[in-house]
Amino acid sequence: MSFPWSKEYKPSHPLMTWLDERLPLPRLVYNAVGGGYEVPRNLNYFWNFGFLAGLCLVIQIVSGVILAMHYGGDTSVAFNSTEHIMRDVNWGWMLRYGHANGAAAFFAVVYLHIFRGFYYGSYKAPREMIWLLGVVIFLLMMATAFMGYVLPWGQMSYWAAQVITGLFGAIPLIGEPLKEWLLGGFAPGNATLNRFFSLHFLLPFVILGVVILHIWSLHIPGSSNPTGVEVKSESDTVPFYPYYVGKDGWTIGLLMIVYSVFVFYMPNALGDPENYIPANPMQTPAHIVPEWYFWPFYAILRSFTQNFLIFDAKLLGVMAMFAAILVWFFLPWLDKSPVRSASYRPLYRKFFWVLVIDVLILGYLGKAPAEQPYVFVSQLATMYYFLHFLVIVPIVSSIERPDPLPFSITESVLGHDGAAKLAKD
Amino acid sequence: MIRIFSILVGLFFTVALAWSLLWDTIQLSKDGLPKSAAAEFGEHAKPLKLASDGPFGKFDKKQLKRGFEVYAGVCASCHSLQQVAYRSLVHAGFTEKEVKELAAKATVNAKDPLTGEMKDRPGLPSDKFQPVVYAGNGVPPDLSLITKARKGGAPYIYSLLTGYEASQPAELVKQFPDAKTPEGMYYNPYFSNLNIAMAPPLASDDLVTYSDGTKATKDQMAQDVSAFLVWTAEPELEQRHQTGAWWILFLIFATTLAYMSYRNIWAEKKGK
Repeated sequence: MSFPWSKEYKPSHPLMTWLDERLPLPRLVYNAVGGGYEVPRNLNYFWNFGFLAGLCLVIQIVSGVILAMHYGGDTSVAFNSTEHIMRDVNWGWMLRYGHANGAAAFFAVVYLHIFRGFYYGSYKAPREMIWLLGVVIFLLMMATAFMGYVLPWGQMSYWAAQVITGLFGAIPLIGEPLKEWLLGGFAPGNATLNRFFSLHFLLPFVILGVVILHIWSLHIPGSSNPTGVEVKSESDTVPFYPYYVGKDGWTIGLLMIVYSVFVFYMPNALGDPENYIPANPMQTPAHIVPEWYFWPFYAILRSFTQNFLIFDAKLLGVMAMFAAILVWFFLPWLDKSPVRSASYRPLYRKFFWVLVIDVLILGYLGKAPAEQPYVFVSQLATMYYFLHFLVIVPIVSSIERPDPLPFSITESVLGHDGAAKLAKD
Repeated sequence: MIRIFSILVGLFFTVALAWSLLWDTIQLSKDGLPKSAAAEFGEHAKPLKLASDGPFGKFDKKQLKRGFEVYAGVCASCHSLQQVAYRSLVHAGFTEKEVKELAAKATVNAKDPLTGEMKDRPGLPSDKFQPVVYAGNGVPPDLSLITKARKGGAPYIYSLLTGYEASQPAELVKQFPDAKTPEGMYYNPYFSNLNIAMAPPLASDDLVTYSDGTKATKDQMAQDVSAFLVWTAEPELEQRHQTGAWWILFLIFATTLAYMSYRNIWAEKKGK
């Protein structure tokens, strides 16, 4: 956000002056991630994950574009061309392992970013649009990751395509034709693989576009902060450059270290061994499981086992799985508490931590086989998930008595006396 | 308004779940928890130590060569190795001359560059291992990626090869009559459903004669071929381990510098 004390871009070289008058690109960068963007001084490390998610997107696009130069999107060659990348392309193994684990890193970072949004109420006015665009990005990421997983055309690729498109088949009346339309046939085949490849290449650039909107809308109200108190004076903020470039910058190193340990030393730890077996439509794997980042939603899908009223069990599962994310769109209007940060909301905070544990349990259950006692626990966990968002949050936010907020961001950092001294100076 | 609507939607999902839960619980009280022969009698892979293990692991080239001899002498009668090219065997302890000789033993149906006709010719180092025609029932899997394609990796392969048992435990057949080993199958507690179609491939010692003179016991052959199959699945392993070590060392150095400059930048701002 442009505060009255935000610095203005001043070209330091005649060439930059010339450029600034014709295409103010340097000015745009300066105001977006440079000295011109004033940011609350009290951000904790949870605020680093947006920047890191952007880095993950870049890693994925760069490695993905190069992989596409060596990959063949045809069912007769897809599996072997993936092995060609692993064996014959120079550094191909690094590209592929980097891309596969890069997807996992991207989701890990984005989940922490979303966690931040939930805990600190980043979705509340005036930042609803940032939140809505974020949920759109997350949905696009899920679609992209799913279609990317199908490309190596291993057993789990094939059966994932079968199961996920099968979900659309559960929709009454239009389900079957819709499923066939999505697959380009009655079962996953060459048409499916081709369109998934095409879309897997396209969607990351759509994500990039929505990320730009996400950041644009962020720059209207400016960054939120752990207290949830709005910026009041110059002492509350520091310019993005050098302060947050420095702080985000060193955590790039941390992320890269963790990511590299996976890529170089346990590249297959997060993947399913089944996907190193070429796709075989005649043989269903014993356990069809998605990658770890989909486990909580997979558990929700499978927890509906009985038809209810006019609803088929499978349809209920599909509705619930989509609703589990769509409900996030409504969060800014379900949570009416004027206090943003859960640090000052004692009652909400308790329920929120229960939700975090609940989602972790759902994640564990999504990996487990669809049998008792896992189904029993996932039914309880799914119940809490929906009760939390749709019943508990609206009620708690209207009856809760929040703790007192600090007067200002400066006061929260320096204490009352420090802030008073700054004000006097 | 939106909140009343949301509470109704939330209650709808909750009641639908409660309905599922009720029926499943009734069913559970009738059936009890599911039991399977594999869960009760299956075994976890035995430990196997290989030179390629761990972050600094490298292949034991001598062992790879022995492993190849086991593959060629035993496994290759049923299992193919189609992702592997002969030329890559130079990384598994073979000389170029040996690779040329090995490749030439294979017959490859390929286009004659002069006439354009498909013709049989002796294999070249640039060829990959040729498909193996299996005469019996079933489809023996290609082994190129087998250590990555099975849970448990190389230790699993080793355990499977050495884990055949002459007969099933009596208790198993009593509890799970359906899991009785069918005619023509073999009991192996390391296999996912306990009964495997593959006959014990390493049934006796000295099935192969190692060129380096090592005594070919069953256990030795199983270890060697497991090591070889790690190499066929992950030929990049050594390069990956070495590159990773230098890269991560660099990252630690760069991250330390970046952290110090961050501390420097924020020095006068108390708090963070």
